[in-house]
Amino acid sequence: MKPTEALKNFEATKQDIGYVDRQNATPKDYQRIGFKSGLEVHQQLKTKRKLFCRCPAGVYHSDDDYNAEVIRHMRPTLSELGEYDGTALMEFKTRKEITYRLNNQTACTYEVDDTPPFPIDREALEFALEISLLAKFNIVGEVHITRKQYLDGSIPTGFQRTAILGVEGEIQLSNKKVGLIQLSIEEDSCREISDIGHSRIYKTDRLGMPLIETVTHPDMETPDELAEAAEYIRFLNRSTGKVRTGMGAGREDVNVSCAGGSRVEIKGVAHNKWIPELSHNEAFRQWALLNIRKLIKDRGLKKQTWKMNSQKIDLSHPELLPPLLREKINQGLEVIGINLPNLKGILSHFTQPGHPFAAELIHRLKVIACIERPNMTHSEELEPLLAHQDLKQIAKWLRADEADAQIILWGPPADIPTALETIEERILMAFGGVPEETRKSFADGTTIFERVLPGSDRMYPDTDSAPIPLTVEYIESLGRDLPQDISSRYQQLKDWGVPADTWKYLLSKNMPPLIERICNKFGFPHKLIGSFIGHTFKNIEGQNELHKNFSYEKIYELFRYISEKKLVPGIAKFMMPVIYEFPDMQFSSVLTSIHFKRRNLVEVLTPIEFLLEKFKENTPDPEPDSTINWLMGQVHQQAIGNVRLADLRQQIEQIIKC
Amino acid sequence: MSDDIFQGYKGSALNTLKRFNVRVWGQAEIKTTRGTFQGTVLPRAENDDDQHIVLKIPTGYNIGIDIVTIEQMVETGYQKANYKIPEKAFPYSADKPNVKLFGTGGTIASRLDYRTGAVIPAFSPGELYGAVPELADICNIDTEKLFAVFSENMGPDQYKILAESIGKEIANGTDGIMIGHGTDTLHHTAAALSYMVQDSPIPIILVGSQRSSDRPSSDAALNLIHASYAAGHGDIAETLVCMFGPTSDEYGFLHRGTRVRKMHSSYRSTFRTIGDTPVATVTSSGLNMIKQEYQHRRKDKQVKITPTFNEKVTMMYYYPHMKSEIMEALIDAGYRGIIIIGTGLGHVNRELYPALKRAQEEGVSVFMTLQTLWGYSHMFVYDTGRDMLALGVVPLGNMLPEVAWVKLGWTLGQTEDVEQIKEIMLTPINDDITEREPYNGYLVYQGGVPEVEGFVKNFRK
Repeated sequence: MKPTEALKNFEATKQDIGYVDRQNATPKDYQRIGFKSGLEVHQQLKTKRKLFCRCPAGVYHSDDDYNAEVIRHMRPTLSELGEYDGTALMEFKTRKEITYRLNNQTACTYEVDDTPPFPIDREALEFALEISLLAKFNIVGEVHITRKQYLDGSIPTGFQRTAILGVEGEIQLSNKKVGLIQLSIEEDSCREISDIGHSRIYKTDRLGMPLIETVTHPDMETPDELAEAAEYIRFLNRSTGKVRTGMGAGREDVNVSCAGGSRVEIKGVAHNKWIPELSHNEAFRQWALLNIRKLIKDRGLKKQTWKMNSQKIDLSHPELLPPLLREKINQGLEVIGINLPNLKGILSHFTQPGHPFAAELIHRLKVIACIERPNMTHSEELEPLLAHQDLKQIAKWLRADEADAQIILWGPPADIPTALETIEERILMAFGGVPEETRKSFADGTTIFERVLPGSDRMYPDTDSAPIPLTVEYIESLGRDLPQDISSRYQQLKDWGVPADTWKYLLSKNMPPLIERICNKFGFPHKLIGSFIGHTFKNIEGQNELHKNFSYEKIYELFRYISEKKLVPGIAKFMMPVIYEFPDMQFSSVLTSIHFKRRNLVEVLTPIEFLLEKFKENTPDPEPDSTINWLMGQVHQQAIGNVRLADLRQQIEQIIKC
Repeated sequence: MSDDIFQGYKGSALNTLKRFNVRVWGQAEIKTTRGTFQGTVLPRAENDDDQHIVLKIPTGYNIGIDIVTIEQMVETGYQKANYKIPEKAFPYSADKPNVKLFGTGGTIASRLDYRTGAVIPAFSPGELYGAVPELADICNIDTEKLFAVFSENMGPDQYKILAESIGKEIANGTDGIMIGHGTDTLHHTAAALSYMVQDSPIPIILVGSQRSSDRPSSDAALNLIHASYAAGHGDIAETLVCMFGPTSDEYGFLHRGTRVRKMHSSYRSTFRTIGDTPVATVTSSGLNMIKQEYQHRRKDKQVKITPTFNEKVTMMYYYPHMKSEIMEALIDAGYRGIIIIGTGLGHVNRELYPALKRAQEEGVSVFMTLQTLWGYSHMFVYDTGRDMLALGVVPLGNMLPEVAWVKLGWTLGQTEDVEQIKEIMLTPINDDITEREPYNGYLVYQGGVPEVEGFVKNFRK
C-alpha cells in the first residue's frame, strides 16, 4: 500500500466503525457500542509503617540513592487450584533479569524476600476496615492473606500479599447505585526505574506500603459515570483522613469493554480527569477490533488454516536491504520478512486516534519479545520507514500476493523466535476479536499493550501468615466513629448553600468536617466558610508553594482567632495568604503585616464627611451609586476586619441622605 | 457422610458445616449477619481455630466466615480442585550424563498441604521436568523418593538408607547423585554422607531451597539447575552442598559437606563454608574452581560405604556456671559420646570437672568444639584447658560442632574402644579438620564502614 492509500484506509475504517470524538459523543453513541466499565481504585493508607515489615512508609529516594542491588528472575508456578496463569507464562517467555535497588533506610530483608512476613500492620488493617464499613461492604469474619502472582518483577517475591476485607458494597452516585465487588488490603509494588531489552530495574522504597483496592461492578455505562464513580470513591477514601494524598497515592485501573468485546484493564491511571478519554478510546478500540474480525471473516479466512510465512533477510540478498535494514544487520540484529496472506488493509485499520492495528504488534514485540522500538515496519505504514519500492521488492521475494500484507521486523537473534510467535499469536487473536489484556495509559487518551490479563488462577494462600479473626465487637467498635457518607455530604453542601462549583474541591480535600467544626464552634454561616475555603483558600493554595508546617488545621485556628478577637470574617481573605506562606507567624503579627489597625465604626466613619465634600468638589454631577462606591473605596481598607462592609455601606448611605 | 469431606474442620465449625449439609469443595451461599458471601468451601488448616469457615470467593481470594454470624448456608454445587504439577516425561538423550536424584522431602519441590496450611513435598521426574524444563538440557534425571519428611525429621536411620542407596547407584554406574533435602539439617546430612560414603568416584550433591517452589522467586529451580550441573558434569567427586552463593539469582556455591553450615534463618545465601573457602562456584554453564585440591571424578565404581551410627551421642552447649548434674544426667542416660561446645578456645568452668572425671572413668568419649565456630581449640593456652585435657577432653581442632556430633555417632557405630574412637575422630576426613586456616576463611564483615558499603553496593550479595 502506498502511504496515501494507508492513510485513506485508516480514515475510512475509522468512519466505518462510526468513531466519534469524545467531545462529540453522546450517551447514544455509548449505547450503540455497548460501553461497559468498572473500576479498581487503589489508595495508599497513611500509616507509619509498611504492611508486613517494620520499615517506614512514605519515604522515597531518587533512582541513584541506594545501598545494594539484588537480582532475581521470576518463574511461573501453579495456583492453589492447580493451574498455570496466562500472564505468568507470558512473563516467563520474556526472560527478564530484574534488579532491585535497596536503600537501608526504607527496605529490609523482607522487601527482597529474604525474610518471611511479620504480622500485618494493625494500623493499616484498622484504616482499611473503616473504609470498608464506610462503603457498606460485608466484612469478612477472618482475614486470609493471599499471594497474588505478579511475574513482571514489580514485587521481588513474585507475588503480592493481599487480603479481602469485604465483599459486595455499594456507593450512591447522582443518578444510580453502583455495586462494589470487593475491598482488599495489599502491599504496594516497586517503582520502575527502567526497562530496556531483557533488563528491568526497580527501586524498593514504595514496595510494601499499605494500599487498599476497591473494585466496582462493571455498572458504568458512560465515561462520565465512570469519572463520577472514581471521584466518589476517592472522596470516600479521603473522608476518613487516613489515606495518603499526592502524586501516586491514588491510582485507578479502569476495566472497559464494548458489546462483543472483552474485559481490558487500563492500568495505573494517575489522574481521574484522564479516565473519560481513556475509556472512550478503549471502547472504540474494541469496536474497531470487532470490525477487523468481521473483515477477516468476510475474506473467508480461518484461524485453523491461516498461516504466515517468514524468511530471514541477510547479506546474501543485498537487493532487499535498503540502508535502514542494512544498518540493523550491521548492529548484529536479525532482519525477518513476514508475509501475512490475505490481510491487506488490516495493519492500517483504525484502532485508536493516531494508532492503526499494527501498533498492537509493535507493543507486544517490545513487551513479550523484549525488542526495543522501533522493532518493525510494514507495508501499510502511515509514515513509512522504507520506500514503497523497497517494500514491494521484499513482498515479491516473499512471493506475496496483491491481497497480502508484509511485516519486516528486526531484533537480537535470540529474541527472534519469540518475536515471530508473538506476531502470529496476535494476528490469530484478531480472528477472535478482542484479546483480554492490560494496557498502559498515556496522557493523550490512548493506550498500549502491557500484559495478558491475569485470571483468578494466580491466587495462592500465603502459607507464611496465619488468618486474622475479626470479632464482632472489634468491627462494631470501628463502626461507631465513621465519617459521613459522601452522597449525604453532597446533600449537606447543597443545604448549606455552598456554591456547587466548590463541591469537588471541598470533598477531594475532605473539607466538610472542617467547615462543620468551624461553624458549630464559632457560629459562622456554613455558606461563608464553605465559599471561603472553596474559592479563596483554593485560589491561594493553587498559587503558592506549600510550606511544610502548613496544615488545614490553620484554617480552623484562623477562624477561632477571628471569633475570639471579634474581628469581621472578611479579614480572613487578607490574612490567609500570609498564613499560608508563613504558617509559623503569630496571627497578631499577620494582622500587622497586612497593616491592620483596630477601629470601631465611628472611627471608620470619621473621615466620611470630609471625603464627601471633596468628592462633590471634583464631581459636580455624580450618579447616586458612584458617590457611595467612591466613599466605600476610600474607607474600605480601614474597615476590613473591623466592620462588615454591608454595615459600612448602610451607614454611608445614611450619611449621604442626611 | 464420612469425615474427610470436612477436611480439617473440627468442633463448632465442623458442626456448622454438618448442620447445613455443606461439604469442603462445595460451592456455598452463606447468609450472615454481616451480609451474604458466596464461594467454594476450602479445607481448613488443622491448627487453626474452630470458629471460622474458609471460602474461596469467585475473584480467587480466600476469606474466613465467622460461624457465629452464619444464619443460613446452602450448597449450590461441588468442584474439587486438582492440584498437580504438570507431568511431562523427562526426555532422555544418550549424549547427556545420567544423574540420580534422591528425594527426602523439604522445600525443593513442594505443594500446598491443606492439613497444615503449609507446603508439603511433591516430587517425580515428570513433575520436576514440568516445573524446571531446563534440567533436560543438562542431564538425564532419574528420581527415587526415599522419604518424604521435613529436614528436621531426618536422622541417623535416614543417613544410613541414603548411604546404602548411594552405594547401589554407584554400582549401577550413574554419573552423579543429587539429594533433594530440606535446608534446616542439610549440613548434618552432608556431614553424615561425607563419613558414610568415602572415596566416591562421582559427585554427591545435596541441594535444597530457601523459598518453596510454589513461589515465583523461589531459589529451587536455580539450585536444581546448579546441582544437576555439578552432579552430571562437575569433576569434584565429593559430598557437596550446592546452594545460592549470593542472595541474587547469580551462581551457586559448592561447599564441602564437612565444612558447611546454615547461617541465616531465611536468606537464600544461608549456607556458608566455615573456616575455609567453598570448593567452587557453579552456574548453568559450568563450574569455577576456588580450591585446587579435591577428589577427582573417576571411571571405576569403587566406593567405601560405612553406614553405621550409634545414637548414644549428644552435644552439650556450654554456658557460664553450667552445673555438673547436666552432664551427669547424660552419662546416667547411657550416652557414650559427648561433644562439648565450649567457649573461646575451648573451655568450660571448673564446676563441670567432677562430671568430666566420671566420664573419663566410665569410658565416655568427650570432645571439645567451639561456640565461636571459626578458629581452632587451643587448650594449652590457659590452665583450664590443660586441666580439661588431663580429664580426657579431646579438642577437635576446627571441626564444626554439628560435624563432630555426626562423626562421633558414626565412629561409635564402629567401635567402642576409646583409643580407637579418639584416633578416628582426630584423623581428618574430607577437611573436617584442616591443617591451616586461610585468611579468607573468616569473612564476616560489618556494614557501615565505607569499604564494606562500597563492596555491598557494587557486588551483589
